Amino acid sequence: MNAPRHAADVRLEGIAKRYGKVTAVKPLDLVIEAGTLVTLLGPSGCGKTTLLRMIAGLERVSEGRILIGGRDVTDFSAGERNVSMVFQSYALFPHMSVRENVAFGLISEGVAKQEAHAKAETVLATVGLAGFGDRFPSQLSGGQQQRVAVARSLVLEPDVLLFDEPLSNLDAKLRRSMREDIRALQQKLGLTVVYVTHDQSEALAVSDVIVVMKAAEIAQAGTPRALYEEPANVFVATFMGEANHVKGEIQSIDGTEATVRLDSATLTLPARSLAPGPVDIVIRPEAIRIDPADTPGGLAATIATATYMGAHAEYNLETPVARLFAIVPEAEGLLSVGSAVSLSFARRGTILVAP
Amino acid sequence: MRLSPASALTWGLSALGVFVLPWYMLEDGLTPMRLFGLIGSEVEYASAATAAAWFGRWWLWPPVLAVLIGLPSLMPGLSRRSAALLRGGAGALGLTSVIAQGWLIGIRGWNYPALEAAFGALPSGQFGIGLGGAAAFLAFLLMITDALALKGKFGGDRFVAGAVGIIVAAIAIFTIWPVLTILSQAFGIAKGETAAVVFAQRFFHAKVWGLECLVSRSACGVAWNTLALALSTALATTLLGLCFALIAIRTGFPFKSGLRLLTVLPIVTPPFVIGLGLILIFGRSGIVNQAAAHLFGVELGRWIYGFNGVWLAQVFSFTPTAFLVLIGIVQGISPTMEEAAQTLRASPSRTFNAVTLPLMMPGLANAFLIVFIESLADFGNPIVLGGSFGVLSTEIFFAVVGAQVDFGRAAALALILLLFALTAFLIQRFSVGSRSYVSMTGKGETGLAQGVPTWVRRVAYTVALPWAVLTVTVYALALAGGFVKIWGRDWTPTLEHFARAFAIDHGVKGIVWSGGAWSSLFTTIKLAAIAAPITAALGLLAAWLLTRQRFAGRTALEFGLMLSFCVPGTVTGVAYILTYNIPPLEITGTALILVLCFIFRNMPVGVRSGMATMSQLDKNLDEAAATLRASTFRALRVVILPLLKPAIITALTYSFVRAMTTVSAVIFLVSAQYEMATVFIINRVINGDYGLAIAYSTVLIVLMTAVIGLIQLGVGERRLVRREPSVPAKERHA
Repeated sequence: MNAPRHAADVRLEGIAKRYGKVTAVKPLDLVIEAGTLVTLLGPSGCGKTTLLRMIAGLERVSEGRILIGGRDVTDFSAGERNVSMVFQSYALFPHMSVRENVAFGLISEGVAKQEAHAKAETVLATVGLAGFGDRFPSQLSGGQQQRVAVARSLVLEPDVLLFDEPLSNLDAKLRRSMREDIRALQQKLGLTVVYVTHDQSEALAVSDVIVVMKAAEIAQAGTPRALYEEPANVFVATFMGEANHVKGEIQSIDGTEATVRLDSATLTLPARSLAPGPVDIVIRPEAIRIDPADTPGGLAATIATATYMGAHAEYNLETPVARLFAIVPEAEGLLSVGSAVSLSFARRGTILVAP
Repeated sequence: MRLSPASALTWGLSALGVFVLPWYMLEDGLTPMRLFGLIGSEVEYASAATAAAWFGRWWLWPPVLAVLIGLPSLMPGLSRRSAALLRGGAGALGLTSVIAQGWLIGIRGWNYPALEAAFGALPSGQFGIGLGGAAAFLAFLLMITDALALKGKFGGDRFVAGAVGIIVAAIAIFTIWPVLTILSQAFGIAKGETAAVVFAQRFFHAKVWGLECLVSRSACGVAWNTLALALSTALATTLLGLCFALIAIRTGFPFKSGLRLLTVLPIVTPPFVIGLGLILIFGRSGIVNQAAAHLFGVELGRWIYGFNGVWLAQVFSFTPTAFLVLIGIVQGISPTMEEAAQTLRASPSRTFNAVTLPLMMPGLANAFLIVFIESLADFGNPIVLGGSFGVLSTEIFFAVVGAQVDFGRAAALALILLLFALTAFLIQRFSVGSRSYVSMTGKGETGLAQGVPTWVRRVAYTVALPWAVLTVTVYALALAGGFVKIWGRDWTPTLEHFARAFAIDHGVKGIVWSGGAWSSLFTTIKLAAIAAPITAALGLLAAWLLTRQRFAGRTALEFGLMLSFCVPGTVTGVAYILTYNIPPLEITGTALILVLCFIFRNMPVGVRSGMATMSQLDKNLDEAAATLRASTFRALRVVILPLLKPAIITALTYSFVRAMTTVSAVIFLVSAQYEMATVFIINRVINGDYGLAIAYSTVLIVLMTAVIGLIQLGVGERRLVRREPSVPAKERHA
């Protein structure tokens, strides 16, 4: 079980899905390298689950090709593709014991029952469920059911393992430990995994690569760090964690640095190959610093609300450009509502995005 | 491509059908000896190939050719494309040639004079298609669906393609075709008349639409009779059903389980038992009439025969149906709505009038229409109690079996009845059915079911309880009639009727089933037992296809199934004899036609219960099985089927019991050789032999109850602790 397996890469070439006139996925290309965990992230209805189900073979593509390990599987049924899927509802067969569930795929492939059951026990041990083989799914907790679903998929040693929002039925605490388990298992076994979620913190925690989807197409794909720190557009920036969005103007470019005007304030930020002119600025709440009023080069603001949150304080700040949301470390008590302040912006966490 | 065993089997079946099995229907039955038709001494026993080669049936060459074309498609290493092309071509050629020769060439040669003029007379005609023809038809059909699946239709799934093919073909042959035959027969003409005129005469005949009863003492048209009866029955049963439902759900009535028992009665009762009971109470020698004559010297007469009696019998028969529908409706009304009304200062009466009742309206309309359709289709009660009061279902019967034997008239009447039923059904399905307020959110509804206002409770009790007592009385008397010598004249208790029906003698050769009823009882049980599993299997397969698969023509399939939901039994009966008494399918008078009738009349029940259960099963279960390399067939067999056990029980029970108790369709289809229990009983009733009829009915009711119990035991309980599968509970922290 623990030997590095024959993980395969997945290539999607111009695949699209249409239901009548509705387009669920616009033509897109994507390469998922062997042995990596790639997350499809996006709001509900963005097409991420449809994309996953097309890789699984549960939906037929309307156009394009799917290659797994270099083999064109576009016309293959789900059972012929050597992929496995862990469902959001787990889809454990309620009338079969845990062992029968895990052995189901092997028996489909013609493995003798005894051998299949023995192998099922081994895999159950891998996911920490040794000795649970005789139970029925209804006798397990949600987390245990989840692990049975993973074991049932793993036992077939698939080229690609697919997860469809596997943690959404668990509570917050368990979700955190289960996602670490999944990541650890993936790295230990060197699996290729495609993972669908709408939870950005889950995506940040488990992924090698995150693919952010919006309205049936890919908004941006990259490492978690690249997406958070260098989002391609405002949508990605606001989806990958909280962010304020304001409009400013690049006044001049000096090499890789841009001088940006934001009302009364002047900022110097990485230019990211932008040209002078109007620009979108994404400001993380943590990047806002509150200075005494009339600090030179700052943005004038009034405090609209102030909330004590224990380790930090949250402010809503009224400025000439927009109402901004800021998170600052709690020091000496809250600033009072209505007082005038000046804002400055940290380089890290303040990002220029093409308008 | 690898050679799949299924493709090989399909081809083998086509070869078997064309080369080996006798192509035609054997007049004197199939024996194991005659299964081998390759060397038939007579054309009747010959296979298609033999008939073509030796007996000059040149029109049977195309199917033979089709089988030969299909063979190379089995070669291993063939591309998907070529395999699809060969198999599709073979299937298409085979299927069209089988249909075309059956359609065009009948018992006396060409069916159409134009063809005879064009191609010259044929040396001989042919009989209806038999085992060989049926096998070949099925095999060619599967070759076509196979080819379609290979070309990527039906999601590339050959099992789904085949299943759709079989179900569509079955519905087309055994539901759509007979209905179309009715249509064409209603327009059928003799020489020198035009179709429109004949049809208009039949369709708008005064006996059908006349309104004389409004102005004089003569009878109105049967169409008006039927509608008036159906409306008044539906109205009365809906009100009674509502009273019962309110009592069962919303009051502290102590005998609720007894009320529930009431709902089982119509399932196990042959449809005319109530009518019999009413005759024994209110008939000329009924106890009420006897008592009146005895005590007061009053002659009550024959008022029970006619509209009054039929209406009364139908209300007794169908109130449980309305009750069953309305229980669901009353239960489905969220108590929080009523609680909200009460917190808004509404009195109990206002809550009931302004919230509860309006919420139930769609449900009431639904119950009304369901009973309306049942009343239209009812044959047992009108035939027993109607007297000179005719309704469409009985008029159709008399048009066929009476002195007149006018199939055109029967078809026209059947068409009218079908239109009524279809209209009511479409209203129910698309207008009322979709406007239900019963919300099943899946969230636990808190709040207690509210009681009903006192006046409502009083009305419900006053109406429903006497009715319940009366129902039990009617049943009790109906059954008691089997235990006295001659009802109304000689009250001596006796088992003589049972003896006449079910005597067993010990003859020289062992047991002799000498009672008059044995033969029909054995036939009925045998045919119902053959039909039930097929009905359940087809119904559940159709349900699975409709809920789980997306394919072209799904809507058409749904419509075909809907049609069999609502075709009244008498219409089916007439349609079947009109359709199947000539080649290509000449099965009138056989047991086969009865079994087919059972299957296609009862299949909708299987579809309905299958769809209800299937919609509770997580769709991901199928998909999980698919990604775990299970073939569609394995997924269906190992995953879905075990979870469908409740639906299987329902489908099996209903199809068996309904096959045993139905009368409306089979009364047209029985023959001397294959008599059904219900038809046997009806004939006794018509002859006035009530004792035997009642004794037989009693046995049927007992038998039916036993069967329901046995089937429940046999299929077993689901191995599940919890009802909802695979929706995990929130993780409980240890």
